[in-house]
Amino acid sequence: MRARILIRPKAAILDPQGQTVQRALAALGFDGVANVHVGRLIELDVDDPAQLEAMCETLLANPLIEEYEIVSDPSGDPTTP
Amino acid sequence: MKTGVVRFPGTCDEVDAQLAAAMVGDTVILWHGDRDLQGVDAIIVPGGFSYGDHLRVGAIARFAPMMESVAAFARDGGPVLGICNGFQILCEAGLLPGALLPNVSLRFICRQVDLDVANTATAFTRACVPGAKLSIPIKHTTGRYYAPEATLDALEADGQVILRYAPGHNPNGSQRDIAGVINDRGNVCGLMPHPEHAVDDLTGSSDGLRLFESMRDHVADASVVA
Repeated sequence: MRARILIRPKAAILDPQGQTVQRALAALGFDGVANVHVGRLIELDVDDPAQLEAMCETLLANPLIEEYEIVSDPSGDPTTP
Repeated sequence: MKTGVVRFPGTCDEVDAQLAAAMVGDTVILWHGDRDLQGVDAIIVPGGFSYGDHLRVGAIARFAPMMESVAAFARDGGPVLGICNGFQILCEAGLLPGALLPNVSLRFICRQVDLDVANTATAFTRACVPGAKLSIPIKHTTGRYYAPEATLDALEADGQVILRYAPGHNPNGSQRDIAGVINDRGNVCGLMPHPEHAVDDLTGSSDGLRLFESMRDHVADASVVA
C-alpha cells in the first residue's frame, strides 16, 4: 500500500522557515496569507500499514518537536509515486 | 584516562576532539560500525554532519552499532560528552532531554561566544570556578535548544542546565539561553559550543580545556572509589 506521512513542526514551536516563506509571499504581493508552516513529506510503499505509526514514533518524526499525519491510500498503486 | 571519540560517516570534528582529549590522557577513535568500546573511561560524540544530517540532525546516527554500546556505557554511569552534532545525536537517542531546532536566523553561524557556567559541580564543569565564564566557538545551523516548559523548569531546578550563553550571546534562539545540559544522573552532557576548538591560546582561547580537565578529574575520582 502507498502511504504518505506529513510531518510539520508542532504549532507551539517557533517555525522561522514558515515565517520566512510567509514574508516572502507577502513581498510578492500575495495578501491574506497566515500561519505558514514548512514540513516534510515522506512517501513509502508498505506491506503492513499498521506499522506506520511505530515508524513515525521511532524514526520518521521526532514527537517532541514534530506532529505527523499518516495519509494512507489503499487504492494507490504502490509502483506510482 | 582513555577517551574514545566516535567517528560516523560525515563526522568532521573527531580529530580536534581527539587532540583536546589527548591533552588530559589517552585517546582512541571508535568507528560507528563497531561495538567494541576498547576499554575507554569516557566517550566523546563529536561534531559534524553524521550520515549527512539526513531526515533530521542526529536521527540516523542514533541507530549505529557503536551508539548501542555508547548507550549501554551511559546506562552504566560512564561519562559521555556530546558536542554539537554529538549533542543532537544524544537527544535523538533519548540520552538527553530536549531537541535541537534550526537557528532562528536559519543561517549557519560560526563565531566565538561567551558562556556562563551555571553549575560547576558536574563531571564536565568541575574544573571551573563558580561563576566562571568561558570563551568558546560555536558553528552550527541547528542549535536552537528546545524542550517543553515543564522540562525546562525541572532541568533548571535540578542543576541540569550547566552552560548558558552569556547575556547578549545567544546565537540561535535557544530557550532560556541554554548552551549545555546534563542528564538527571549527571553522566551524560551535551553542548552546542565546541570546547575542542578552544584548547590553545594560539587560537584565541583555551577555556574549552576546562571540560576535558573536568572529565579527567571525574574519571580519576571514580576509579579511586571503585
